[in-house]
Amino acid sequence: MFDHSSHLPSAVGVGYKPQHYSSVLENAGPVRWLEIHAENYMGDGGRPLAQLRQLSHHFPISVHGVGLSIGGDGPLDIDHLNRLKRLCDWLDPASFSEHLAWSTHDSHFLNDLLPLPYTKATLARIVDHIDHLQEVLGRQILLENPSSYLAFAESTYDEPSFLAEIADRSGCGLLLDVNNVFVSSVNLAMDPQAYIDAFPLQKVGEIHLGGHDEDEDEHGAPLLIDSHGREIADPVWSLLDDVLRRTGPKPVLIEWDNNVPEWPELQAEAARAEAAMEAVQ
Amino acid sequence: MSVSQSEFHSALRAPDRTIPIGLTDALNQTAEKRFNVYRNNVATSLMDALESSFPVTQRLLGTENFRNIARDFQWTRPPSTPLMMHYGEGFPEHLETLPALARFPYLGDVARLEIALRQSYHAADSTAIDPATLQTPDLINARFEFAPAMRIISSPWPVLSIWRFNTQEGAGKPVAKSENVLVTRPDFDPVPIEITAADTALIGALLAREPLSEALTAAQNTDPNHDFSHILGHLLVGRAITDIQFKET
Repeated sequence: MFDHSSHLPSAVGVGYKPQHYSSVLENAGPVRWLEIHAENYMGDGGRPLAQLRQLSHHFPISVHGVGLSIGGDGPLDIDHLNRLKRLCDWLDPASFSEHLAWSTHDSHFLNDLLPLPYTKATLARIVDHIDHLQEVLGRQILLENPSSYLAFAESTYDEPSFLAEIADRSGCGLLLDVNNVFVSSVNLAMDPQAYIDAFPLQKVGEIHLGGHDEDEDEHGAPLLIDSHGREIADPVWSLLDDVLRRTGPKPVLIEWDNNVPEWPELQAEAARAEAAMEAVQ
Repeated sequence: MSVSQSEFHSALRAPDRTIPIGLTDALNQTAEKRFNVYRNNVATSLMDALESSFPVTQRLLGTENFRNIARDFQWTRPPSTPLMMHYGEGFPEHLETLPALARFPYLGDVARLEIALRQSYHAADSTAIDPATLQTPDLINARFEFAPAMRIISSPWPVLSIWRFNTQEGAGKPVAKSENVLVTRPDFDPVPIEITAADTALIGALLAREPLSEALTAAQNTDPNHDFSHILGHLLVGRAITDIQFKET
């Protein structure tokens, strides 16, 4: 019953921004599919939905939720689940994904992806929430690895094992954000290669790439920020090459959400991802 | 040593508070600056959302003043749903409670107009009535149905003139007067126009499901010379009338 995720092509997509609407339709170039943030398309009508409907006639669409708070310690927000269902029902997207994170507390939405301790209790709760979500949507979801800035002393799993266990128990697929792998690895002094080695790559239905900013913490250690506001860094491209060598072609997405560039600049990033994909075909 | 989301949340929303014990860097050292990334992400993203929702209010206040007010607002009134397109309901009232803004009493209504325009933008689509349908001798008994994208704002301040002066090149300088604003969405872009107090009374009665006869009386009580055909023309051009009915529902 849960198998729509194979519909995203093993090709390059971009995070869709309304200012690129005409360019996307007139000159997509290497861009073969689009990803939207679910919450931006939960109005009742008007231009956003009309444009999305139009785009969906030309491109496979991936719906990427940023507000369900799957890692939240309370039950999932039923109203929000129903909004996601309504969107997926009319749009019938090629893929639906969400994050290993929480973003709501006591009905206060915090508009950020907040970190979780990797413990048995967190695992059980997340598996329950994914079961619930997949049941409501009637489809398999992909769960994305986060960017981490700090660690929880109480964690008993490393992140790849934690995600592997979630995928095994819930039947969800995984979205591998290689920029997040790089950011978390630098921030928590891990080896990104070892992370990829441990990651259940056979469960990966989509790959994300995005830009990050560089800072330092109060101890002088590097602190990378997952800003999605610039071009993708070279070590992240290398990590993509490495992942693709192991997985073969996959749906690969360029995320650029802040300081959004003109279409040609985004296309250039997409072309670079396309070249990385062609190298393993 | 475990950190509950409640503790995390409390520390997140109190910038001066020490961070929960159990959050560390890779070497098990304190992670204050790392925690501040989350604090900053939350506050900044909500302030950014308010900025993009209230561009004219921001222009009137100046970037820095707006940012300070938005920072306070997001601390006390965080969003209650993940739909950022609706965030900021309550912002006009917040502006009106700030003593420092007492000299700018129109700011709240300008922010209300910006909310009305945003709501109109995201409102459900609808099909406008065929104007020929209105050519019926019985129209006086009709009850009107309006597009979900229609909004009315009444203000003791020249709220639309202020909005235009700050968004449209060559718009005239606002002069002190009250203004009533009709927002329609003929296509995808909401269009605000100034209407009269009598027009507002008429549309208000129709929105309350009164028949046209009662609505015309309400308008004429406000202005004996009210011109119904004029406002009807605006409503038709704005594709704001979706149906008429002759039975009370």
